[in-house]
Formats: sequence, C-alpha cells, structure tokens
Amino acid sequence: MKKKIKIKLNGKLKTINNKSTLFNIVQKNKIPLAKVAIELNQEIVDKKKIKNINLKNNDKIEIVHFIGGG
Amino acid sequence: MKKDKLIISNKKFSSRLIVGTGKYKNMQECAKAINLSGAEIVTVAVRRVNITDKKKPLLMDYIDPKKITYLPNTAGCFNSKDALRTLRLAREIGGWKLVKLEVLGDKKNLFPEMIETLKSTEILTKEGFKVMVYCNDDPLMAKRLENSGACAIMPLAAPIGSGLGIINEINIKIIRKQTKLPLIIDAGLGQASDAAIAMELGCDGVLVNTAIAKAKKPFQMALAFKNAVIAGRQSYLSGRIKKTLYGNPSSPKSGII
Repeated sequence: MKKKIKIKLNGKLKTINNKSTLFNIVQKNKIPLAKVAIELNQEIVDKKKIKNINLKNNDKIEIVHFIGGG
Repeated sequence: MKKDKLIISNKKFSSRLIVGTGKYKNMQECAKAINLSGAEIVTVAVRRVNITDKKKPLLMDYIDPKKITYLPNTAGCFNSKDALRTLRLAREIGGWKLVKLEVLGDKKNLFPEMIETLKSTEILTKEGFKVMVYCNDDPLMAKRLENSGACAIMPLAAPIGSGLGIINEINIKIIRKQTKLPLIIDAGLGQASDAAIAMELGCDGVLVNTAIAKAKKPFQMALAFKNAVIAGRQSYLSGRIKKTLYGNPSSPKSGII
C-alpha cells in the first residue's frame, strides 16, 4: 500500500499519496494555473516549477485568485 | 476634453471613474454595470480558490483583464504583514504591479490604519509596486504617503459603504492643493452628485462600489456616476463664478419698459 501524507489545501485537510507534487494537486483540483497564485508554507511558489515540488507531511498550500471586491 | 486624461503611474486612462467589482448579485450584473460605467480600472480582491465548488464562475471569465485594468486590493487586511502577503500574491497571479493598498483599523468603521498603511507603502514601493493608497482625509498623512512613494492618494469621503458622501470638503481641498499626485476619492459615496462634487473639488477621479452595486437599479446608477464624473470634471475645468451674498440680475438693467 502506498504511504499517505496529510496536507492542508486552502484550509482544508487532505490526505494524499506520498511523493505527490504540487503539480498533481493543481491538476487533481482542476486549478486554472494562469489565473491563480500559489503559496507553499507562506512562501510564494514559481508556477513554472510546481512539477518539481514534492509535498511533505503537514505542508500548507494556499491557492488564490481574483474575485469581486471594492 | 479629449486630451484630458487620468494619468496614474505613466498610464493614461480616458475614464476618471474607477469601480469596484464586489456586492453585485452575480458576475453578469457586475460586468454589465462596469461596461455601462465606462470604467477602465476595476478593483478586485484576492481570495482562496473554491476547491469544493469548481463550477463557481471566475471573475476573469466575465471581465477581461486585457481590456480592463485590474487593481488588486487588500480588503480585509488589518495589518501590514497581511497586506504585503496579499499584494505579493496578486502580483504572482499575472504580473500586477499597480495595486490598491487598504489596511483597515477596525471592523466597525473600516477606517484606515494609517501607521500600518504608511509602513506598507514604503515596502511595496521598494519592491517595485505602484501603490494607490486608501487613506483618511488627513492632509499631513497624505503628505507622508506621498513622501513614501505612493503613486496615488485615495482619501475616503466617508466610511466604506456608508453612502454619506464627502464629509470633509475642506480637507480634500487642502490635499488637492498640496499634491500633484492623482487624488482619487475612495469610499463613502452614495449618489452620483457626490461624485460630481468630488470632481469639482479638483479630484482626479473617484472610486465607487457600493453606491452602484447596491442601488435599486445598478445599471442606471452606473450610467449616472459616469455622467456625474464627466460633468464634475468639466465644471471644475470651466472655472466657476465667484459666490456673492446678494443677487445679480441675468438680464440687462437698461431698456426696461
């Protein structure tokens, strides 16, 4: 059985496969990459490099976009 | 009037009305109101992507950032750290450097927390951002923001969403006289005439959200604000007459039968 790790994605706890990359998460959640910004543990991530970022247990990912505001 | 452009950080805009994209019933209503307002700049907020509901409509699908300048804001930030984090993320979404800084002081009146605002303006400017700053209507603070590198001064007319109109015209006039930076009234307007007054005081533009989005007829109000901003600007540039205490007839006094 594959080893699992726990991460937080936009405040929600998720259990994912060990050795998942940030790219896997983006793909799985159908995130439109051109319209978002991504933070990993409060550090901004270069969107071009997400294939090379392996996730670890307890990682906190924030994916944000623009919404209506004043 | 054709050459009378609003220039913010070397970028020219024909419309002096900036509108917010919040509080509309839906994206369609928001997009139509913006279109009718003639605004070329819209404020937008940075928030978490909805992971659970992927079908939620995206702002960018309704308002094309290639045609309309997005002005990311820091609404909901109560300290410098959160404001910086938000705008750095906004820049990362697609290179946005022109931003609206708004650091609030308390949840009830939504007045700006000026110490944190000043600190953030300095840091953001050093990082290459062009910072349009929501601030109180204090001429001294406006000067300090200017010295810290702000690219536009945006004093409130009244508390955000209050619809009270310009409370302190004198302070706005003083800020107008002391700065060459774009001066934009941000927050607190309630009706189109408030925008005309702001323009007649010499402001370079106004930023409106609630007064349009929450009007009974938002589309009509968007048009009203568009026209009021144009009228107010024309009036300001026309040089108004002096006020006098007594009457002065408009028809000749001679030749009366």
